[in-house]
Amino acid sequence: MELKGATWKFGNDVDTDAIIPARYLNTSDPRELAAHCMEDADPQFPQKVKAGDIIVAGKNFGCGSSREHAPIAIKEAGVSCVIAKTFARIFYRNAFNIGLPIFESPEAAEAIAEGDQVAVDVEAGIIRNITRNEEYRATQVPPFMQRIIAAGGLINYVSERMKGNGRV
Amino acid sequence: MGMTITEKILAAHAGKESVQPGELVNVRVDLALGNDITAPVAIREFEKIGVDRVYDRDRVVLVPDHFVPNKDIKSAEQAKSMREFARKHCLTNYFEVGRMGIEHCLLPEQGLVGPGDLVIGADSHTCTYGGLGAFSTGVGSTDLAAAMALGETWLKVPESIKFIYHGEMPEWVTGKDLILYTIGKIGVDGALYMAMEFTGPAVEKMSVDGRLTMANMAVEAGAKNGIAAPDQITRAYVEGRAKRPYTFYSSDPDALYAQIHEFDVSKMEPAVAMPHLPENVKPVSQVAGVTIDQAVIGSCTNGRMDDLREAARVLKGHKVNGNVRLLIIPGTQEIYRQAMREGLFEIFLDSGAAISTPTCGPCLGGHMGILAKGERSIATTNRNFVGRMGHPGSEVYLSSPSVAAASAILGRIGAPWEVK
Repeated sequence: MELKGATWKFGNDVDTDAIIPARYLNTSDPRELAAHCMEDADPQFPQKVKAGDIIVAGKNFGCGSSREHAPIAIKEAGVSCVIAKTFARIFYRNAFNIGLPIFESPEAAEAIAEGDQVAVDVEAGIIRNITRNEEYRATQVPPFMQRIIAAGGLINYVSERMKGNGRV
Repeated sequence: MGMTITEKILAAHAGKESVQPGELVNVRVDLALGNDITAPVAIREFEKIGVDRVYDRDRVVLVPDHFVPNKDIKSAEQAKSMREFARKHCLTNYFEVGRMGIEHCLLPEQGLVGPGDLVIGADSHTCTYGGLGAFSTGVGSTDLAAAMALGETWLKVPESIKFIYHGEMPEWVTGKDLILYTIGKIGVDGALYMAMEFTGPAVEKMSVDGRLTMANMAVEAGAKNGIAAPDQITRAYVEGRAKRPYTFYSSDPDALYAQIHEFDVSKMEPAVAMPHLPENVKPVSQVAGVTIDQAVIGSCTNGRMDDLREAARVLKGHKVNGNVRLLIIPGTQEIYRQAMREGLFEIFLDSGAAISTPTCGPCLGGHMGILAKGERSIATTNRNFVGRMGHPGSEVYLSSPSVAAASAILGRIGAPWEVK
């Protein structure tokens, strides 16, 4: 699968309060969350972002709260994937669990400029900068997490496992 | 080769003799926790799995604490969905308003977590229970849903960082100050994916409340968990409380650490983390003079008895500055009652403070003390990100309870010894 879109750049330590402020967490409706996605980092982002666009950020993206509302808001806003130098650990798990593709690539995070057209080969973990004609590599996803992705998220994975045990 | 306390707890829950950093393990979960923000999403996902019951009705704990007492209609709907789920599945440990507390103050107090436990919670500050010698870590709602069904979860065994705190803690220096200096030294991703192990004479003398505060903020350095080895102080705390058997683990002398950091606490003064990251830490004397509009004493970080006593010691006989609102939020109903019995409420009320029922409220900008544009708060909470306590144009400074109390009196950030 290839994901392709224009990029939006953010800095280091983008926290989950910036991704989706707690003042909007009185709902878990994905549409409502998406309407405020990244609002405290860039108030115009929910209006500007287009389907397929890619977020590119520095180190420790998604630090702070465990709120799964953060990757849900990003996914529902139409963002096809997030590329960062590193991800905070709960955000990392949450993104896989809900099916938001994320790629760790210090090289890509450094080289990509806002607005660059980027295409990502999901399986190979190769990030192609169409604007600059460059290519970067993402860190390999552990095989166990690839199985979660292949199952279509953690819930499907668990459901299949429990069917095997005769518990469903 | 020896193992760290974190590795030992993970090995025990994976049914293995030993584990090594980097290894993926499937572990038994002693307790799975959710709150009124994260549980509604977990419940939605749980219902997709297709099981008709949770793995153990005694071990799935739901605590409404973030937006309760319900702050608006939407919050009321979320709290209701959680309450209905708790009833449907006959959960033993659902804590209603009036009988609840901030989850990470409540669970240790109620003896629901103990040394050697493995706990996951859909709340990033679940790492708090490391203060009792448990392995505990925050996860998202979908991970919680899976654990509610399976009674297990997968974890990557983290590398450990050892922190050694030498020396005698000076007056007014607390666990909060130690953890703030630690985050200031290693940064908000300094322990990313790793275990933070707190050791040394200063920790060995520290109360359980202080250790819970330190472990609580491990996530603020990106850590998977924070942990202190249980000892006689821990035993005195858990005896008579623990609802399940517990196990004391400690690191082997030849355990391997990715890093070791040493601190001399004897020269420290109370710390303040400036906006907008918990790593922006300075000694209080270097921040003194910054005017404030609000002071918040409470939260899962500093809402326990030690914290309220420390605040009362500063506030006694003093008035809150005319330009400041001081909000005091005891962490649980029990803490509320105990503070009242000890006469702390008299001191707080005489000073001109507002006392609230337990809630996370202002810490995450939920309710009960939201900041307007341009306003500034000192708070004993755990995060000072942009917009954390309200308007994106407001500011939060993090500190210990004594510094927050002193600042409320002074009308500006200041140290407790400045209050005359």
